[in-house]
Amino acid sequence: MTATALSVSDMVVTFDEFVALNHVSLDVREGESFGIVGESGSGKSTLLRAVAGLNVFESGRLTVAGRSYSGAKRDRDFYRTVQMVFQDPYGSLHPRQTVDRLLLEPLAIHGFTDVDVRIARALDEVGLGSGFRFRYSHQLSGGQRQRIAIARALILEPKILLLDEPTSALDASIQAEILNLLEQARRERGLTFVMVSHDLGVISHMCDRLAVMRKGEVVETFAADALEKREFSADYTRQLLVASEGFRRG
Amino acid sequence: MSTLLTVDDLKVSFPTRTGEINAVRGVSFTLGRERLGIVGESGSGKSQTGRAIMGLTPGHAKITAKTLNFDGIDLLHASPRQRRDLRGKRIAMILQDPKYSLNPVMTIGRQIIETLQTHEKVSWKQGRQRALDMLEAVQIRDPERVFDLYPHEVSGGMGQRVMIAMMLVCGPELLIADEPTSALDVTVQLDVLGILDKLVAERGMGLIFVSHDLRLVSSFCDRVIVMYAGRIVEELPSADLASAKHPYTQGLLNCLPRIGSDRHPLPVLERKAEWAQ
Repeated sequence: MTATALSVSDMVVTFDEFVALNHVSLDVREGESFGIVGESGSGKSTLLRAVAGLNVFESGRLTVAGRSYSGAKRDRDFYRTVQMVFQDPYGSLHPRQTVDRLLLEPLAIHGFTDVDVRIARALDEVGLGSGFRFRYSHQLSGGQRQRIAIARALILEPKILLLDEPTSALDASIQAEILNLLEQARRERGLTFVMVSHDLGVISHMCDRLAVMRKGEVVETFAADALEKREFSADYTRQLLVASEGFRRG
Repeated sequence: MSTLLTVDDLKVSFPTRTGEINAVRGVSFTLGRERLGIVGESGSGKSQTGRAIMGLTPGHAKITAKTLNFDGIDLLHASPRQRRDLRGKRIAMILQDPKYSLNPVMTIGRQIIETLQTHEKVSWKQGRQRALDMLEAVQIRDPERVFDLYPHEVSGGMGQRVMIAMMLVCGPELLIADEPTSALDVTVQLDVLGILDKLVAERGMGLIFVSHDLRLVSSFCDRVIVMYAGRIVEELPSADLASAKHPYTQGLLNCLPRIGSDRHPLPVLERKAEWAQ
């Protein structure tokens, strides 16, 4: 049996009166790619943000690589292990910083000294090359920006990557490139992925197992191949599956 | 089938400090009372084609065409007044995101009646009745309540239905839908498309459906135009999509991850300079 990389049990997140996560439990194994699907407002992003320490969770437990965390406080070690890629590459990169500056920040925080080598390598790995190093994010296309965001997450050599809809702001053709890049990074580094998306096609392509969320609760969890064989029980999953197959008249 | 819209050799270009950017470079097609899809990546000129027909291209852009004809009216030489009369009345457009394209400081009901009163002589009371009927037609359950709401008080799916209602209330003959469901949840997308489909069929409108999602467009439209770098690379009936000849069309079809097909890595779209010639 492989070790558990990330474990969430009975997590509750509330915003004033609104219960965004209602006793959610998940276990992600080491080296696994785990998907979370659901519509807007289902709490899938909130879950990722609560794991990353961007939201406070009221009760429940979070264990990452054998250590427990609570609230929104995370130490430096946590961010060496866990990094996050956000949905909108237009919003997640600082508009007044060059790519070089963006990639330098995590390295400086964690006290790396061989920054030049690492930045050059990180850019190479995401297929951009050093020609992009001194550009601003507004000089890049959406796909290129998402590559920078991935480079920024990978530059600290984390074990776990949290991906919040990494391709939903991109064209279908660019999406394929980014998904391939992520898969390649996972294979080469043995990463664990937790990926959130509303697109069942993307999740079934990228993930081994997935959880379906609705209204702050996990509806069900099953292996990705079960999707194809229709071996799931919840009606809501069926609705999502039908929706992902496209429009049908009549 | 009578022709509603004729576009021949449409070109749209934007002068910039570093030279002209040719967004649309010679697009030609005709449209009857049918559903036509325009597909392409960002920057392929698909939205600018729609906007040029609607007359929403920014003032500094250059538009030329051999013909740009809507039901006998030459759109290129129409006066601004003529175009204003057409816009909203005979040609209507649904935009991508209801969050940004509805007026945030006007109630939904007032916005719909505003459209009506711009084009027809109707009293507030008649307008209200027609707006309520229209809201019901887009399957809003409690039209009376929604009528008095502001756009920020409704969900994205409902906002998009309101926009459809607003666009159809004057009974247009041509509807341009620019990524009408991209901003919506997958489960809501189908509802909205279903409503749009029904209304377009019932009212016998011509529809231009602009989207980057080839699969969605082909399931919704009769005919599909595929655009690349401002030009049409292929035009084919939706039913024959599987036998698409152009490598770009095939690429667009293949790059989507599908449930039950194990393709790692995903085929990536090739882009060749000669396709843009």
